[in-house]
Amino acid sequence: MADLKEQVVAMRQSFFDEVPLSPPLEILDNYFIQLEQLENEDNPNFVEEVVSVFFSDSFNHLAIIEEEMNKSPVDYLKLDRYLHQLKGGSASIGANKVKIAVNRTREDCKEGDMEGARASLQELRMEINSLKAKLETYYELVAQVDP
Amino acid sequence: MSGGSSSLGNVSRISALIVDDDPVIRKLHSAMLKSLGIQFQLAVNGKEAVDLYRSGANIHIVFMDMEMPVMNGMEATKELRAMGVSSIIVGVSSRCSDEEREEFISAGLDHCYAKPLTVAKIKSLLEGIKY
Repeated sequence: MADLKEQVVAMRQSFFDEVPLSPPLEILDNYFIQLEQLENEDNPNFVEEVVSVFFSDSFNHLAIIEEEMNKSPVDYLKLDRYLHQLKGGSASIGANKVKIAVNRTREDCKEGDMEGARASLQELRMEINSLKAKLETYYELVAQVDP
Repeated sequence: MSGGSSSLGNVSRISALIVDDDPVIRKLHSAMLKSLGIQFQLAVNGKEAVDLYRSGANIHIVFMDMEMPVMNGMEATKELRAMGVSSIIVGVSSRCSDEEREEFISAGLDHCYAKPLTVAKIKSLLEGIKY
């Protein structure tokens, strides 16, 4: 059990550690901590519920964005609207790396670089999938430590 | 939707309205208001917000997103002010430019902040409400 608790602590810390890139990137930022502070006895699964809504919404948006990117001509306004929503959602839950990936995709779209935007979108999808997997593992560990 | 006790005093008499098409933001801001003991309603676009007022809702403070389908925050704010609504309307947006912020404010907002809000920010806004 002590090992499991250590794993939970280490995994949680890893979300907030800066990956040594330029600029340094954390997976999660302080907004995630704010989210956790809203959790209480009346609402014990609040964070999981919010991130679940975020992921569900995000995958829907990604599908729409991908479809739009493959159309000719591209509706840039529609693309930016959905990317803007993704940015808002990711910022709200403190998903820092996801937010940065969204911004990269938006920049490519704004520059009219659709080939770059498609590549950025795939990276964005990877970041969202990666965060989802990490958080699922984390909450499974937490549930084992504190059932 | 009702809340519990709060350090703001008898806040159970304050009613709020969250207007946002983003379900993550609605859930987040709902939890923040709930933690402060504030009663609130939800609208997913500006038209729903306007319709709530037309149906006689008594709301002290509105948290209005800028970009929404059907009717956006700017249009809804203008409409509410034209109807004579004097509730506090707080614009909430993830758009960053000063120009966009100023345009939103000029629609009739009392305040405009970047989303998501924080509990501390909401608390400071609620302290100005007379009820």
